[in-house]
This record gives sequence, structure tokens and C-alpha cells, in this order.
Amino acid sequence: MSTYTPGQPVTAVVQRIEIHKLRQGDNLILGFSIGGGIDQDPGQNPFSGDKTDKGIYVTRITPGGPAHEAGLRMGDKIMQVNGWDMTMVTHDQARKTLTKKNEDTVRLLVTRKSLEDAVKNSMGSYPRQ
Amino acid sequence: ILRLPRAASYCSLPCALEGKLFYNLWINYQPRGNDISADKGERSRDRHKPRSKDSRSEKSVTINTPPAEPLLGDSVVRGEQVQDDNWGETTTAVTGTSEHSLSQEDIVRITKDLEDSVGLDCRRYFTLTLAVILGLLVFLTPLAFLLLPHLLWPEKLQSCGTACEGLFISVAFKLLILLLAVWALFFRPPRAGLPRVFVFRALLAVLVLLFVVSYWLFYGVRILDSQDENYQGIVQYAVSLVDALLFIHYLAIVLLELRQLQPCFSVCVTRSTDGEMRHYNLGQLSIQRAALAILEHYYCDFPVHNPALLSASKSRAAKHLAGLKVYNVDGPGNNAAAGLAHSQSRAMIAAAARRRDTSHNELYYEEAEHERRVRKRKARLVVAVEEAFTHIKRMQEEEQKKAPGDVMDPREAAQAIFPSMARALQKYLRTTKQQHCHSMESIQQHLAFCITNNMTPKAFLESYLAPGPTLQYSRDHWLARQWTLISEASVTSGLKDGSIFVLKCADFSLVVTTKKIPYIQMSEEYIDPKSHKFVLRLQSETSV
Repeated sequence: MSTYTPGQPVTAVVQRIEIHKLRQGDNLILGFSIGGGIDQDPGQNPFSGDKTDKGIYVTRITPGGPAHEAGLRMGDKIMQVNGWDMTMVTHDQARKTLTKKNEDTVRLLVTRKSLEDAVKNSMGSYPRQ
Repeated sequence: ILRLPRAASYCSLPCALEGKLFYNLWINYQPRGNDISADKGERSRDRHKPRSKDSRSEKSVTINTPPAEPLLGDSVVRGEQVQDDNWGETTTAVTGTSEHSLSQEDIVRITKDLEDSVGLDCRRYFTLTLAVILGLLVFLTPLAFLLLPHLLWPEKLQSCGTACEGLFISVAFKLLILLLAVWALFFRPPRAGLPRVFVFRALLAVLVLLFVVSYWLFYGVRILDSQDENYQGIVQYAVSLVDALLFIHYLAIVLLELRQLQPCFSVCVTRSTDGEMRHYNLGQLSIQRAALAILEHYYCDFPVHNPALLSASKSRAAKHLAGLKVYNVDGPGNNAAAGLAHSQSRAMIAAAARRRDTSHNELYYEEAEHERRVRKRKARLVVAVEEAFTHIKRMQEEEQKKAPGDVMDPREAAQAIFPSMARALQKYLRTTKQQHCHSMESIQQHLAFCITNNMTPKAFLESYLAPGPTLQYSRDHWLARQWTLISEASVTSGLKDGSIFVLKCADFSLVVTTKKIPYIQMSEEYIDPKSHKFVLRLQSETSV
């Protein structure tokens, strides 16, 4: 994950994940848990590389749930949800954006360290031209 | 309508106008507005004058056409003129020449008081004599019941056995208790003279009278006429009378004292002159008793009525009205009188709306300036008083015995340190328009009081920094002893939700509105003390 310098655009390698919500009774569930947010303490985040990163991270995935099937993994940082930015939101705002009742699917842009490494490795094998 | 410049400009003369009789000169200024053909240059200068003058309000001069009332209100002018209000600048020694003179107003007030008190006392004495007669009747009745058989048919009477004599003791003690109870409840100095009779008391008196009369009737018919020999029965009859009287007394306590203790209504009292508002909780009272309770609270809670503070808004209103003159160019006889007045007022309102009124600007700057001046004077005053207090020191007991030199009692000590703070205090009181509330005599008395009780300079100053309740000032500031109750409902009827009445006195009135305290439905929620648990919320996890 790239470190964040204020005022500079954030660049990251992202993966597009589409999750279809599962209806359980009255609720639509996605099957994962989130942590983090600008109103939370970033030092306690076990998944972030940079301990000042206040983004939204996936902390748990229900095995067999919609998120797991869509390819979300634990430790992913969510950058966007349906086009809404998730890098500078409070925890509650993130929850609300993910759990909108009138949406059946959410399209996430997530990033993880393995993605960056993969891109770096693939770029490294070719000399710069 | 021709728009004309104002007839005269208003500014304030510092110090000189406030409180001094012989400075109440009204310089008659020929109003320029009447002369329409005045020089154009002069007129424009006139228009600019108010703005520049008012910003330097400290050094400008008042020129007034004589208004209907003096600028600072009546009560400033009356009553205290004979006292030298210049004591701040000239005090080095107290001469006491002004203490014993009476002004014309004082004489008028005294005669008016005499007249009033005669009328009031008549009614009071009447009620008092009725009460005493009833009391005597009530107390002497059981004794009469017991004594009359012995006096009228002593030979036929059965002798009093043990039980009967026991009843004598009972009668004696019950009468004693009744005497003390009646004295405690009824024979207290009257608080006030209310306009109508006190309904519950009157009803109770009638009840007692009927009761005693019926007992006498029974006694007269069945015992006196038939000359009953059973003395024990007669004694028991007397005991039953005393018991019943004690129960009536209980009824009196409940009706007169206990019933209004539980708060039932919330009244809002507003003073008409400056809008001071207070809220009180009252029980079920008649309107006149509620008015009395409110007045007793008024003297403790409301800050003293200061007519000098109202003059500013009155002069603003006068300026507003004086600024426009209305001419009827259509000529007389075109409209009916009412229509003329109507069209005039409409025209004035329209013109007032159109003209650029800068009086709000003046008010803003004037208030800011006044604030600054008050704070500056207060700072000087506080320093002067603190310094004055350091000049004297309390002498301890041992020192008193050793050096009986230049020793002063509190009054002399107060007079000794008073001149050093007099000027600053005088200036502060003038700025806050309180100078008519405090005479030099009262200030020195207060100073002696503070010195005697080891108070700090701040404690001494508190009563001058802000207007206190009316009780704080000398008796002649309770300018009204006569209050008038104005009410649409009968004054002996009870308070109801939404009843409004007015208590009027000479200078202002108190408007009272009533609201019923609603029925409060309280519910309970039990919290287990062990249920208070906390976690750190620094990294929360939400499942979605």
C-alpha cells in the first residue's frame, strides 16, 4: 500500500470486486467485517503497512459468504464502494455506504500488498524503455 | 408632506443635569423647522449636526424644547433636592445641615399617609373586635354550661362523682389547648389589607357562630328549662362542645394554611416599565391572596424600579415623532375628521418607512460608549475603595487596653475614610443612573456596617455595582404602599389557568399571568448497578 502524503493524489493498484448481497430475512448481508476509519485509532490496525493509515480494512470474512465468493480477502483495504470514496470516511459512513438497503450489489475497488508486489515483479522483468 | 430637518438636536449634558434641581434649565431653542425659507446651507449643516455631535457625546450640550416631562423622570427631581448631591466633590467634613429639612413633597406624602391609615385602621379594628367577641363567646360557653346548673338549681343537682371530676380536668386542658391554638393561628399581626373579605375566614366564623348558637339552643331548651339533675351528663355535653371546637380548629388549619401549600399554578410576573420577569409557584389561592404572595416576592426578587433608565427610550420615541411634520395640502373640509387622522397616520408611517433612519446607529454607538464609560469608572471605583479600606485597621483587645489614643468607633472610622472614595463612587453612581437611590448618609451607614462586620471592599461595593431588590434600599424608596389590584374576575375567586390580573402602583404595574402546573406522569426505570460496563472504542469492527 502506498504511503499517503497530504495534498498528493493517492495511487494504488486495485482489484475490482463485485459482491451480490445475500438476503437473510429482513437484512441484506455481505459477509465480511470492516475496521478502521478517520475516527478510529490507526495504530491498532493489524493489516495496514503504514500505521497512520486510516482507511477501511476488511478484518474478517465469513467463509462461504458472498464476499468470500467474490474474491475479497482478509486484510484488503477498500478504496471505493460503488464510486464512493472510502479512504477518508468515518467508520459509520463506511458501514452506511456498504449497507444501503436499495442496492443489491456493491462494486468495490480493493487493494492489497500482494497486488502491488505482483505488479512490481511483472514490471521489473522488463527493462524500462 | 414636506420633509424638514429636525427642530433641535439632542445630546446629553454630563453630570450637570442629573439630580441637581437648579441645573434643570431648559434652554428654549427657536425651532428652525418652522422657517421654511431658511438658508439652504444652514439646513444642510443642521442635518449633519446630529451625526457628528452624538459620536462625541461626552462634550456636547443639551438644547431642548421643553418636553412634557423632564428628561430624567419625576422621581429624580422630587424628594431629594434639598440634599446636596455634590458630596462627591466637596466632602471633607459632615455638617448635617441637610438632614432635618423637609421638602414640599415630603409634607404631601405624610398627610396622604395619615389619611390612608385612618381609613384602613377603621376596618381593621372592626374585624378585630368581631374576632375578639367571637373568641370570648367560644371560650366562655363551656364554662357557662358547667357553672349555670350550680348557680340556678344547686339543691337538685347530683353530686359530681370521680368520673365527672375527671372530665373537669379534660375540659380544662382542652380549653387551654384551644386557647393556644387559636392564638397561634388567628392572633398574628395582619400582613396586609386586602380589598375584599377573606372568604374562608368569614365562612369559618359563621360556622363557629352557628355551632355555638345551636349548642346554646339545645342547652337552653333541654337543660335549663327542664332543670336536669344529671350533672355528669351536663359535663359530658360541655366536653363534647370543646371537642367539636377543636375539630373546627383543625378544619380552619387545613382550609387556611395547608390547602395552598401544594403548588398548583405557575405565575409569571412581568413589570410593565422594563420587562423584568419572574416565575413563582403558588397553590390554590384566591386572586387577592395570590396578589399578596406575589407582592411579598416582588420586594425581595425584583431589582428596584429606576425611572432614570427609561428616559433613553422615551427620548428616542420623542425624536422619532418630532422628526416629521404632516401638512394637509388638500385643504380643510375634504375629509371627515376621522378620515383625516387616518390618512395622516398612514402618511406618517409611509414617510417613516422611506426615510433613512440612522437612530439605530446612534443607539449602537451610544450603548458601546456607555459600556466603556461604566467599566472605566468601575475600575477607578474599585481601586479607590480598596485603597480606602487599607487606611484603617481593626484594633485588637490587648492593643485597646494599652493605647487609648486615636481610637474611633465604626461610624467615625467610616466618616474618616469616606472622603477618599466619595468622588469615585459618586461618578460611578451618576454614570449608572443610580445616584438618587443612595444618599450620602446611607452610604456612610453601610460603610460603618461593613467595617464592623469585617467585610472586604468587594463586599462593600456589591450593593452599589448593580441594582438590588427594593428591600435593600431605604424605606422612602418603597414609593408605593398602596397597590391596586385590577382584575376581570372577582378577586375572591380562585386562581385559574389563564387568569390575568394587574397590580398597579403609582409608577409602574405588574402584570401577572397564570398557568396551571400540568399533571406529571412519572415512570420508573431500574438500572442494575452491575450493568455499567465499558469497552474501549478505538478500533471498532462492524460486520456488514
